[in-house]
Amino acid sequence: MEYEAVIGLETHVQLRTRTKMWCGCANEYGAEANTNVCPVCLGLPGVLPVPNAEALRKTALTGMLLNCDVPSYAKWDRKNYFYPDNPKNYQLTQLDFPSTIEGFVDFEFGEGTERVRINRAHLEEDVGKSTHFADHSGVDFNRAGVPLLEIVTEPDLTGADMAYEYLNALKAILEYGGVSDCDMEKGQVRCDVNISVRPIGQTELGEKIEIKNMNSFSGVRRAAGYEIERQIGVLREGGTLVQETRRWDDAVGITESMRTKEDAHDYRYFPDPDLMPHTPSEEWLAEVRASVMELPLARKRRLMADFQLPASDAEVFVGDAALGDYFEVAANGAKNPKAVANWVMNNLQAKLVETGGSVADVKFEASAIGELVGLIEGGQINSKIAQDVFVKMFESGKSPAAIVEEKGLSQVSDSGELEAFCNEAIEANPGPAEDFRNGKETALNFLKGQVMKASRGKANPQMVGELLKNILGS
Amino acid sequence: MGNMREDLQHAVKLARIELTAEEEARLGSQLGDILKYVDKLNELDVEGVEPTAHAVPLTNVLREDEPRESISHEAAMRNAPKTANGLFIVPKIVE
Ligand SMILES: [Zn+2]
Repeated sequence: MEYEAVIGLETHVQLRTRTKMWCGCANEYGAEANTNVCPVCLGLPGVLPVPNAEALRKTALTGMLLNCDVPSYAKWDRKNYFYPDNPKNYQLTQLDFPSTIEGFVDFEFGEGTERVRINRAHLEEDVGKSTHFADHSGVDFNRAGVPLLEIVTEPDLTGADMAYEYLNALKAILEYGGVSDCDMEKGQVRCDVNISVRPIGQTELGEKIEIKNMNSFSGVRRAAGYEIERQIGVLREGGTLVQETRRWDDAVGITESMRTKEDAHDYRYFPDPDLMPHTPSEEWLAEVRASVMELPLARKRRLMADFQLPASDAEVFVGDAALGDYFEVAANGAKNPKAVANWVMNNLQAKLVETGGSVADVKFEASAIGELVGLIEGGQINSKIAQDVFVKMFESGKSPAAIVEEKGLSQVSDSGELEAFCNEAIEANPGPAEDFRNGKETALNFLKGQVMKASRGKANPQMVGELLKNILGS
Repeated sequence: MGNMREDLQHAVKLARIELTAEEEARLGSQLGDILKYVDKLNELDVEGVEPTAHAVPLTNVLREDEPRESISHEAAMRNAPKTANGLFIVPKIVE
């Protein structure tokens, strides 16, 4: 019997805000332990949480980017459980009236595009961070109360690679929206993976196995791949699967059981009495909608269509949005956008890396790159000189035409002048000239090099080649 | 209403507490009284009444994303039975 996998993901993403969800403590990674804390986020008695308006905006924006509805009523609930990293003994979350519902994400997978439906993206709070020692644990509550978005898919993913590509697409969208920095190293994105398998053709889902707390996308891919094989193996051998929660051991590369359904938590959800519902007005929604931007996949397709870029170039500009914005200005109206793309991706980026700057620091106008390409294509300068012009543009911010003019770098295309250079080269190098006459084609390159050197790189290389051939051939 | 004894044991388990037989008898009957009292609500006809999470007609109580000074580290740790390296020390967390 053949089996298929069914995967759903719950992705937790820390929102990029200045303060925490319910209090004015800084939402900041890497501070000294327990310094960004106050009575609210320490769960001391008698305090009142007040929701962070910016977190609600970013949640609604995320919903819009994920093609979700933003309902006109959302509320908060308490999810009750004891755990030392949870100072209130409950986590504030949204159970039945989340801030956003029912959307989808389109993403590239293999040769085509896939769609995964989003069940909801709801707002909750992060918990503290625990460190484990030999015989006790220590808790830092700086992270407790940081706004956390939980993005829940429908079980539409059918394999480990597909889950991986969805996560990459989701991350790109969230980064584009400025919703989250999605820094995996800082634990800003964590994932729970729900996996079941079933015989192909069966409509009902198999027993759902959850792998908790994955903190890397490659980990998700490996864990899902392992788990699918494991589950199919169990069924093939006539065994049965039970609903359970498992843990991924990254070092060993296996999952192990944490708890089964019998000892599943009883969270006793109930509406939080301290937090009033959020009822976004049309006006408020319109304001959020104004900051909806083009999604990465849409941008990639547009760059490919409008500028005839290959997919790999478009991906570079999607991956680095600032560089992409820069390219679009530079290539605006350019006859050869691909050449502009090369200058931006290679020369400009190399210079930025070298100087540790960003595109915002570039001294010349973006359109100057288009001009530079124009000078090369119009034959005013050759591509070797263009490299030098670019370096000077980067240093001084002057326009390429001004630099060419100032430094006398204009390409020499005057045939009389070039002929003189060619004759000199032939006279000075009778050996290679003779070699060429005897049919050794490569000897021409040597002579060409001599002419370029004599002209300090300014000679028009095509013309030099032809002139040399004419002179030596006659 | 379900089995009172089972309900009590479940609540005790969730609350991570232990009861003596005497406490169990006393609290069991008290809990029964409380639930019976709350159960009176079932006598009301709520047909056509929208369920609500709040009795107070307030919505959109929000604050802007402006940092405020947190309390000092010393003040935050003051009530902790045990601390080390700036952390709250708790029994070893195992799951
Ligand atoms: Zn706080």
